[in-house]
Amino acid sequence: MELVCPAGNLPALKAAVDNGANAVYIGFRDDTNARHFAGLNFGDKQIRDGLRYAHDRNVKVLVAVNTYAQPNGWERWSAAVDRAADLGVDAMIAADMGVLDYAANTHPQLNLHLSVQGSATNPAAINFMHRQFGIKRVVVPRVLSLAQVAHLIERCDVPVEIFGFGSLCVMVEGRCLLSSYATGQSPNTFGACSPASHVEWIDTAEGQETRLGGVLLERRGHGEPAGYPTICKGRYQVNGKLRYAIEEPTSLNTMEILPDIIASGVSAIKIEGRQRSTRYVTQVTRVWREAIDACRRDPQNFRPRDDWRAALAQVSEGTQTTLGPYHRQWH
Amino acid sequence: MQPQHTPNQRPRLSLGPLLYHWPREQVMDFYAEMLETPVATIYLGETICSKRRLLRPEDYWELAERVAAAGKEPVISTLALIESDGELKTLERLCSDRRFLVEANDLGALEYLDGHPFVAGHSINLYNDRTLAFLARHGLKRWVLPVELGRDTARALIATRPEGVECELFAFGRLPLAYSARCFTAYNRDLAKDDCQFCCIDYPDGLTIDTQEGDHFLTLNGIQTQSASTHTLLGALDEVTALGVELLRISPQSRHTSDIIAVFDACLRGDMSHGEGLAKLREYAPSGLCDGYWTGAAGYAGGTGVAVPGPA
Repeated sequence: MELVCPAGNLPALKAAVDNGANAVYIGFRDDTNARHFAGLNFGDKQIRDGLRYAHDRNVKVLVAVNTYAQPNGWERWSAAVDRAADLGVDAMIAADMGVLDYAANTHPQLNLHLSVQGSATNPAAINFMHRQFGIKRVVVPRVLSLAQVAHLIERCDVPVEIFGFGSLCVMVEGRCLLSSYATGQSPNTFGACSPASHVEWIDTAEGQETRLGGVLLERRGHGEPAGYPTICKGRYQVNGKLRYAIEEPTSLNTMEILPDIIASGVSAIKIEGRQRSTRYVTQVTRVWREAIDACRRDPQNFRPRDDWRAALAQVSEGTQTTLGPYHRQWH
Repeated sequence: MQPQHTPNQRPRLSLGPLLYHWPREQVMDFYAEMLETPVATIYLGETICSKRRLLRPEDYWELAERVAAAGKEPVISTLALIESDGELKTLERLCSDRRFLVEANDLGALEYLDGHPFVAGHSINLYNDRTLAFLARHGLKRWVLPVELGRDTARALIATRPEGVECELFAFGRLPLAYSARCFTAYNRDLAKDDCQFCCIDYPDGLTIDTQEGDHFLTLNGIQTQSASTHTLLGALDEVTALGVELLRISPQSRHTSDIIAVFDACLRGDMSHGEGLAKLREYAPSGLCDGYWTGAAGYAGGTGVAVPGPA
């Protein structure tokens, strides 16, 4: 099982490589990828340096071109595919059928992974994408329980990658428009959920308000922890009761079920967080490398170590973590 | 070759699949009423939750026969998020039945429909002409524009679409915004999904949730999240007609659906002004109207019409 780690810039890529990633995933500096944030991502020089650094150490580099092209921007996406192919990356992660079609026809030697944003959650969908575009891996959306993931792996011919740690999407990825409902920009169209330019943090006498596109998502008292505001983790009135109507401000951590994940036959486990710091990438990669190695040595007695938990807690955005959909009760 | 689409032809009306969980009798009464309306196409089938089984595929096929007998086009709609083997089996059955056109709402449906005529629903991510051409090679006859896309993209796609492929727009209803593994209706009733007690039947138009300022914001409908506001393209009717859009979809709601259809029909025929139509639609949209996606703005924005400003 490969450990796939995020990098938003060259220092983070090196940190991932140095701390035990088997693959690092990155994006170009535009809206062709789902972490289209100011100051983040890679130009060609950084990619070449990163590729050399990673390949010298036997680590793969994957490039995400995983947003959806619209007619007026198509050339940006086709150019991104051409760049990925020309740079010699180990695989390109894509979601859009048009982008995949272009890539498969123009650059048949380019390995394609179906992005989580491609929204393929069942063998029929995955087999279709495999037949059409020859995808070599599928990253499955966070909607399946671990038992369902294991069953999926038995039923399809494409190696499966899952998310193991980081921010938790509550909705099936690639088909969530909550962000654009409030801002006009979504992961699909803009490459970001809750774009920072639409977020407001407003201090009040009672505490703090967060708004997205003017919509009040949360009002919290002084000292209550604040995660990055997304609609799915806001607090709303439901039948006269104030509650987290969609999901609490949690993040994903599957380390507790790592032996079951490995046993299920998952080909790769992905760490979310290309937008996070080099410190985050360093800590999380190191801890997950140690955990995977420990689990492989002795799966029966595997337990997350206290120092690992502490290291991950230091870099977790929210205070709570969850197994999310991998745990059936979450549904 | 001559393009099959004649610009400025008046769009037809369609009735989208019923997104909510209603008692069987109510569903049957609803469709009996809809057969009397001027919609040209009726989409039938459960698209949200496979646990809702008050109507089985056989029931939808039977309804489809009645729709066809009434001179309308029936389309069988399929589930938007497919996870389990059981869901996949039902999907395969629905897609294998060649009597009716099928609407794919999950990529999995494409595997079964490949080479046969099909409709791509709005939850199939068709954002560009390359995807449109690709799906057309696999049998696409019509696509429903993903709801977050606006007129610029619609115009560009329509301009380059393959011959014989129709464009449908989501023209009235609470916007389908997201799908999840979690059932939010059960979650907010403190019930597990596996023991949901079919509580969504208590919310014939979904469960509206409000911001802490009291603004209606979202509507929870099982695993689906919708807008609370009702999206409408009534104000953009002239524009969508000029673009060459073939179908305008009206999404069922528990009350006033036939009145809403009548308003669209009258406005399309020129028997009612758009301003008057919008004023009527406001009465049928308890959480207000929106149309922001159409103009490239936030989805919740607008509400007064695009081409023709309506009265406040």
